[in-house]
Amino acid sequence: MSVADNLQRLTGPYEQRSWLQRIPAAWWAVAVILLFMPVVANDFWLFQVMGWTFILGMIGLSLMFLAGYGGMVSLLQMTVAGVAGYMVAILGPSGANVSLGLAWWVVIPAAFLIAAIFATISGALAVRTDGIYTIMITLAIAAAFFYFTRQNYSIFNGYSGFNLVLPPKLFGVNWRDPMAFYYLSLACATLCYGAVVYISRSPFGLALQGVRDNPRRMAALGFNVTAHRVAAYALASIFASTGGILLVWQNAQIAPGTIGISAAIDVLVVAVVGGLRRPLGPFIGALIYVLLQVFSADILGLFGFSADRFKLIIGIGFLAIVLFSPDGVLALWDRWRARVDARKAAETRGAP
Amino acid sequence: MNAPVAPARMNQIGAGQAGSGNALELRGITKMFGALAAISDVTLSVRPGERRAVLGSNGAGKTTLFNCITGDFLPTAGLIRFFGEDVTVFPPHERIRRGLRRTYQISSLFAGLSVIDNVYLACVGVSRNRFSLIRPRPDDALMHAANMLVDAVHLTAEKNRLVGELAYGQQRQLEIALALSGAPRFVLFDEPAAGLSPTERTDLIHILTALPNHIGYIIIEHDMDVALRVVESVTMMHNGRIFKEGRPEDIEDDPEVQELYLGGGHG
Ligand SMILES: Nc1ncnc2c1ncn2[C@@H]1O[C@H](COP(=O)(O)OP(=O)(O)O)[C@@H](O)[C@H]1O
Ligand SMILES: [Mg+2]
Repeated sequence: MSVADNLQRLTGPYEQRSWLQRIPAAWWAVAVILLFMPVVANDFWLFQVMGWTFILGMIGLSLMFLAGYGGMVSLLQMTVAGVAGYMVAILGPSGANVSLGLAWWVVIPAAFLIAAIFATISGALAVRTDGIYTIMITLAIAAAFFYFTRQNYSIFNGYSGFNLVLPPKLFGVNWRDPMAFYYLSLACATLCYGAVVYISRSPFGLALQGVRDNPRRMAALGFNVTAHRVAAYALASIFASTGGILLVWQNAQIAPGTIGISAAIDVLVVAVVGGLRRPLGPFIGALIYVLLQVFSADILGLFGFSADRFKLIIGIGFLAIVLFSPDGVLALWDRWRARVDARKAAETRGAP
Repeated sequence: MNAPVAPARMNQIGAGQAGSGNALELRGITKMFGALAAISDVTLSVRPGERRAVLGSNGAGKTTLFNCITGDFLPTAGLIRFFGEDVTVFPPHERIRRGLRRTYQISSLFAGLSVIDNVYLACVGVSRNRFSLIRPRPDDALMHAANMLVDAVHLTAEKNRLVGELAYGQQRQLEIALALSGAPRFVLFDEPAAGLSPTERTDLIHILTALPNHIGYIIIEHDMDVALRVVESVTMMHNGRIFKEGRPEDIEDDPEVQELYLGGGHG
């Protein structure tokens, strides 16, 4: 890996075209499809498939930010999302009587803030370790939080968690209505994605990639490497929290199971399958994951397996990706494009 | 800690009063790697703006001395003052922010970034923009500074090339640019001329002599011809100890030095 993985140069000859003109045609096509999907897609597709894809994508994006740019593989991102989700349930109204029922404009900022504090403290513990140890310490924190929520009844309502956690009826819209939820999660995902792309070329983002590639040199340039890493955890928490809050609203509930070890690992799987090097990767991974989850019952049925074996398919897919394309399906796509381009170039050269 | 280095200390050139007025002051610096003393009881002071060469055969402890000064390694014993401030246990970035800079004997660059981006990163590191989430605009002040530095090390034509694609000599020049970002007060050059062609050496000498007067430096350099043209004082190291200090011409003519260093397959 190197700082320029993403082929995004911070500087270079300045583009004459405006940023709007620089967006490739394929992106416009995707934008049109996403914007007009509600015209053709049914509620299940909008709410379950796409809504969940965006949510999982945002949580995966927070991992991509840490791992792809910062070189820190954190298994903590689902937990950070869970902290934000839990805060929405605890501070706001819900069906459980331990909820405080505060107004949304207190609850949502507080959820982001508390999740950010949690991520910062956990990050401060994790950044002093490397590689496998980072994975282990973040997994340990995730596990500790999971068991804590299960055993604590006074705040987290223990095993049963919270139900009837509904989004506020802002602007008179029921945000759990499938179309409204679809657009809400699409907007959040787009914002998070755009933020990561933008930040990757900011001084902070560039320095984070420098820290990943050569921490010692970065220190010799005046950067506080530890502070940079911890700040990355704090920043990544914003994307995870956005996903976590939407997740509670989508399910209308949160319980320890939402943030269990297997959920933490699913986020890793999603990000790795899609590709950890680019912000788009986790969203691709999330779509694949959700489609497999939703349709594996049919596929598995054909082979006489029961539907709950869908993790087997995911597992095999994960294995295949790690073995054949460690940079995820996006890298497969890149390779295919490169081959097509090479062939085209060869044809033009061959022409008289 | 007196006896072994006493002759060296007597030779100090223009050293000010103890603790005052020196850019860099080392007292009794020792660095052990296990049982090996890479440097032992090194005492040295350098005035602001002074330019000094550190000579010594391979393994003499020159790079280790640099690593102790920059904080890459904490010394096993001893005291380091930078412009009067005790920085002995400061982390590297705190020393860099106070105006200390270094280059590496083995180029330590960001190969996947362009030349200008490498220098920009160095400029950001000693600015207040380290945590900025706002992308630089074309008229960005730090970017402007980075451009000037790229020009100063004669890499203007390579500005937008990836560092990994540069020739060896150009990478060495870029190392120097990174060390001159912000407002350097004192620079440590670790064998900047090693592996350079004669033309590139001349270039290097020009870059070093063109530095503003107030910027002092220590340069580790095997090539006496280069070293003696860019410094006003010389420290000889041998087996981790300071062996001799003096003016370049005295060192060059010193029979002991000739015996130990120049006759020993170097230069
Ligand atoms: N990180 C290290 N770990 C162990 N030994 C080291 C380390 N760095 C240097 N040394 C040893 O310290 C001695 C001095 O090395 P160095 O400072 O690199 O010498 P010079 O730069 O003068 O050639 C050598 O014997 C070297 O092997
Ligand atoms: Mg050396």
